[in-house]
Amino acid sequence: MFDRIKSFASDFFVTGEPMIYASDVAIVLVLAAIIFTLTFLKKWKWLWREWITTVDHKKIGIMYLVSALLMMFRGGVDALLMRTQLALPDQNLLDPEHYNQIFTTHGTIMILFMAMPFLFAMFNIAVPLQLGARDVAFPFLNAVSFWLFFFGALLFNLSFVIGGSPDAGWTSYAPLTELGFDKGPGENFYLLGVQISGIGSMATGINFLVTILKMRAPGMKMMRLPLFCWSVVASCVVIIFAFPALTVALALLMIDRIAGAHFFTMLHGGNPMMFLNLFWVWGHPEVYIVVLPAYGIYSEIVSTFSKKKIFGYKTMVISLMIISVVSYFVWAHHYFTMGASAGVNSFFAVASMLIGIPTGVKIFNWLFTMFRGRISMKLPMLWTLAFIPCFAMGGATGIMLAMAPADYQYHNSYFLIAHFHQVLIGGVAFGLLAGMYYWWPKMFGFRLNEALGKWGFWFFNIGFYVCFMPQYLLGFMGMTRRVSTYSADTGWTDFNFISSIGAYLMGIGFLFIVVQVLYSIKYGERDLTGDPWNGRTLEWAIPSPAPHYNFAHIPEVKEVDAWWGMKERGESLVQLNRKKKFTPIHMPKNSGIPFIMAVFFFISGFGFVFGWYWIAALGLLGVAICMIARSNNRNTDYHIPAEEVEETEAAYGRV
Amino acid sequence: MSQSHVKANEKHPLFPIKNVIGFVLSLILTFVALGLGAAHILPFGPIMLIIMGLAVLQIAVQLFFFMHFMESDGPAYHVIGLTIGIINAVAVIGGTIWVMTFNSQVH
Repeated sequence: MFDRIKSFASDFFVTGEPMIYASDVAIVLVLAAIIFTLTFLKKWKWLWREWITTVDHKKIGIMYLVSALLMMFRGGVDALLMRTQLALPDQNLLDPEHYNQIFTTHGTIMILFMAMPFLFAMFNIAVPLQLGARDVAFPFLNAVSFWLFFFGALLFNLSFVIGGSPDAGWTSYAPLTELGFDKGPGENFYLLGVQISGIGSMATGINFLVTILKMRAPGMKMMRLPLFCWSVVASCVVIIFAFPALTVALALLMIDRIAGAHFFTMLHGGNPMMFLNLFWVWGHPEVYIVVLPAYGIYSEIVSTFSKKKIFGYKTMVISLMIISVVSYFVWAHHYFTMGASAGVNSFFAVASMLIGIPTGVKIFNWLFTMFRGRISMKLPMLWTLAFIPCFAMGGATGIMLAMAPADYQYHNSYFLIAHFHQVLIGGVAFGLLAGMYYWWPKMFGFRLNEALGKWGFWFFNIGFYVCFMPQYLLGFMGMTRRVSTYSADTGWTDFNFISSIGAYLMGIGFLFIVVQVLYSIKYGERDLTGDPWNGRTLEWAIPSPAPHYNFAHIPEVKEVDAWWGMKERGESLVQLNRKKKFTPIHMPKNSGIPFIMAVFFFISGFGFVFGWYWIAALGLLGVAICMIARSNNRNTDYHIPAEEVEETEAAYGRV
Repeated sequence: MSQSHVKANEKHPLFPIKNVIGFVLSLILTFVALGLGAAHILPFGPIMLIIMGLAVLQIAVQLFFFMHFMESDGPAYHVIGLTIGIINAVAVIGGTIWVMTFNSQVH
């Protein structure tokens, strides 16, 4: 009996790796500390009532943000481990198997569990406020989305200590990921973690598209939408049409693995390249999903911090929508080297280059907005300014990669690595950080310390170029991606060493950001105006942090920059409060079902990972029961009484 | 918002007969496709054509029985959405066939 338990445990838990043992200890200690603190401070009820069951878009946004920052930390540690391993030739810090696992989790986490939730944080925090709405169109679904992401990410991260991490790259290409080559549960963790959080992403895409189409304040025509909302429209359209391809690809691969089908195997009529095809049908649009909202954030920031109306609003909108449609026609550029016909490769090469045109239009519009503006160099603007040259360079190397014949040289080399990090960090991560700084006072009611943030900014930015510029050269010198070590006579040592220094500088930059947040929680300047940046859109018309119902009275929108126009005419929402009577406000009720349902999804996913189908079935049964319970619940909303609204507004000094 | 809720409750009958018919139809379409694939009674080409036809029918079932395609209060956003959806489906399915056909020739 004891031997059986022992042999089970040695398969079940990851063993033999000192770093993982250390993490085991750390995980247990942190969990114990959290449980102790919550119990000691009697906060369990508070946690359940205020956060776990919430359907408030502002709180869900904050939870997305916190999760994204934690995941950024984990993905960042993965990156630093890889860079440490590669700093010098012939190192043994990580063995090849462990190295495979680390680049896999780094990629998956940074795209799916860092960039996506960070974006959704921005969607949740800003979109309803910019629209003049009181919540998203489907608040319950919004909570479901968050918890599905959360438990999907948890399942994925669990592979670190239980069962072993996935090790086939974030792209998880078949046939390497078929059962014949990859027995372990690691790959199952990838498939199920990504699948579960993918359901949440899909729901978020639908939710925000409907919110923007249906819940705008009176007078806010589509051509008066703030540009961030337009970018969310573009991004959601891409989410809705791209994510099903990922769902199908992962589901078919899972059927291959657990039911012995042959969709992507080498034999019995399977076609591994079809997995690549389906993966990139989602995968390329995915990068537009993450970068389009970043464009929206830059547009808001450039206009606010230059104190000018955005240059070329209409062309901005048109170029966003063109990118979102053309993004369906470019996916095959990820495998030009498959050897498709000249016709196929030319078509996808030209389509990929076409994307550069609307993007270029946007870059020039941002530059012209800044031209002769009164620019104030606050943190959001700094990150935006750093984005423009970085993204322009990333775009230029992207055009190089888009040339199919030349791609045969660059394919899967460090040139590619440098390119996509430059567009994803320079484009997406910079944008998300800029957005975080921009909306932070609106989320929490205080400002972040500028000096510490500037240290973080410079470390991160200089570190970025030191880290990734040498990688372009390494690519030209023949270094391919995913190599776990190299010998000194390749001549790659110098550039790799420089690159690793850069990675550490970026790590220091991230630490400064963490310190900045912690410092500002205690000493940050309170934002009493609700409009710390002299903003232009409606979210700055209400106090910070926004009250539960957002707008006591919903304003009438007359132009593109609604709040700026109101300020110029000397109007404000306080006047509206004085002029109009307070009325009861209709709000959605909190619900525990999203959380419980996601827990069942997690249980089911865990069962599938280990092939324990009774657990999987139990989990799915729980999911179904949650859905039925929700469908039969008629008591889903309530009204905040007019007196309570008046009291809250009075507490903000706005009556 | 509250008004539209009330209206929606009034309009729907107590038993969702429309959804049940849609559910049964979509199951039939799915199992016919599965059966055709598993039974090997037809050559590859005709099976593909029939399955694609079934897929189009499936889309119609989903749109009319579940997605309230004929109902709308306000601008007809769903028509734009459907147009983009069709562009996307044509791009993905057509593109995949185009890209992968060549690949199978090389095999």
